[in-house]
Amino acid sequence: MTQTIALRAPTVDAPALPAAWPKRTARLVGLAAPAIKGAMPAGASVARTDQERRLVDLIGRIARHRERDAFVALFDHFAPRIKAYLVRLGSDDANAEELTQEVMLAVWRRAASFNPSLAAVSTWVFTIARNKRIDRLRRERRPEIEPDDPALVPEPETPADVALEAAQTGGRLRAAIADLPGEQQQLLLMAFFEDKSHSAIAAETRLPLGTVKSRIRLALIRLRGTLEST
Amino acid sequence: MPFHHPPEDVLFDYAAGSVREPLGLVVATHLALCPACRRQVRELETIGGALLEQLPGSPPRIAAIDALLGRLDEPEPAAPSSPAFDAETRRLVPAPLRAYLGASLKDIAWRPVTRGLAEHDLALAPPGVKTQLLRIRAGAAIPRHGHGGSEAVLVLDGGFSDELGTYARGDLALSDGTIVHRPVADADGDCLCLAVVEGGVRLAGPLGRLLNLFTRA
Repeated sequence: MTQTIALRAPTVDAPALPAAWPKRTARLVGLAAPAIKGAMPAGASVARTDQERRLVDLIGRIARHRERDAFVALFDHFAPRIKAYLVRLGSDDANAEELTQEVMLAVWRRAASFNPSLAAVSTWVFTIARNKRIDRLRRERRPEIEPDDPALVPEPETPADVALEAAQTGGRLRAAIADLPGEQQQLLLMAFFEDKSHSAIAAETRLPLGTVKSRIRLALIRLRGTLEST
Repeated sequence: MPFHHPPEDVLFDYAAGSVREPLGLVVATHLALCPACRRQVRELETIGGALLEQLPGSPPRIAAIDALLGRLDEPEPAAPSSPAFDAETRRLVPAPLRAYLGASLKDIAWRPVTRGLAEHDLALAPPGVKTQLLRIRAGAAIPRHGHGGSEAVLVLDGGFSDELGTYARGDLALSDGTIVHRPVADADGDCLCLAVVEGGVRLAGPLGRLLNLFTRA
């Protein structure tokens, strides 16, 4: 995978809203719908990778028995990656080290809330690391939904039916990311590892915003295709 | 189920973590009301997880795990206590937004703007941006206006219509400098919205242009 993007400090003065929205009429079609229709049919299943099985097992042992050995194994797997993630996002070594500990402590404390039918372990750990970084380094709150919120509109299907391909396809997804054209990979990395919104990416790369959007959309279509092709 | 969703690139920025807090609040509140977008964000977060997995490791110092093991039994810091919200607030205001409220909807300070419109500012205001709850009386119209910048309005209760569409609970109406509109609340009940406004509004029409001279946009 190409990693040619230079390290940069987090953008602190990024605009709160994009300067322009898509035309309202264009949105009448409903953007979310295609992704839902294209999702994997209920019941289709892919064997989990051995690694994913092992990670899920480790989280389960922490949740049920507070097993420290399981935690150490999980730490060995994720701590170097979390630290690298934070360094990519502009954190210095000492801060990244400290924040990695915070993330892993949250993993220990929240292990019981991990739901393997909704997310892969790496997805769950990513969201915790992402939110800690926003909280601590950008000093902003991160608004998140709460699963037991009385105002939450529930999923139309049972959770088992919508069980995410996410949990099952980590390895295939990684391969698909590696296969993306370099320019699409680069934009994904800028978005996830450099705190750059679509408009910030456009400003930095001097590409028109529409080009950034369409390249990222192309990447997402390819990755979704991977999730669906079983 | 909502009909007007955040644009796909905004959901993506939310999942990647690059969206700023006010728009993040709008997205999270929409997600609570929209299982379809929730699913899409989970899918995007899976990409984040896959990217995390393949990052070349940068091993923490050896001492780190020992220090951390010593902290595992520390009591978890208590979550900041939130006010006891009434049933209406818990039903209408999803958790991500409730966390920004100091009291139930009926007890917060509403500032009248026009006869039909009241605002309540949320303590979430990077320079140049207002994040607020709007309450439009049933059937009331907001004077025709344009926008100095971008605006995102999420309906929480009731609904409104403007020249571009009809918006009900969970729907997101996005306006930018190109849009001039006259939103009218549905006649069958008050309309409650979460709004993030950048750059203020400009009243349209001859009277509006006159009024603009006396109000700070």
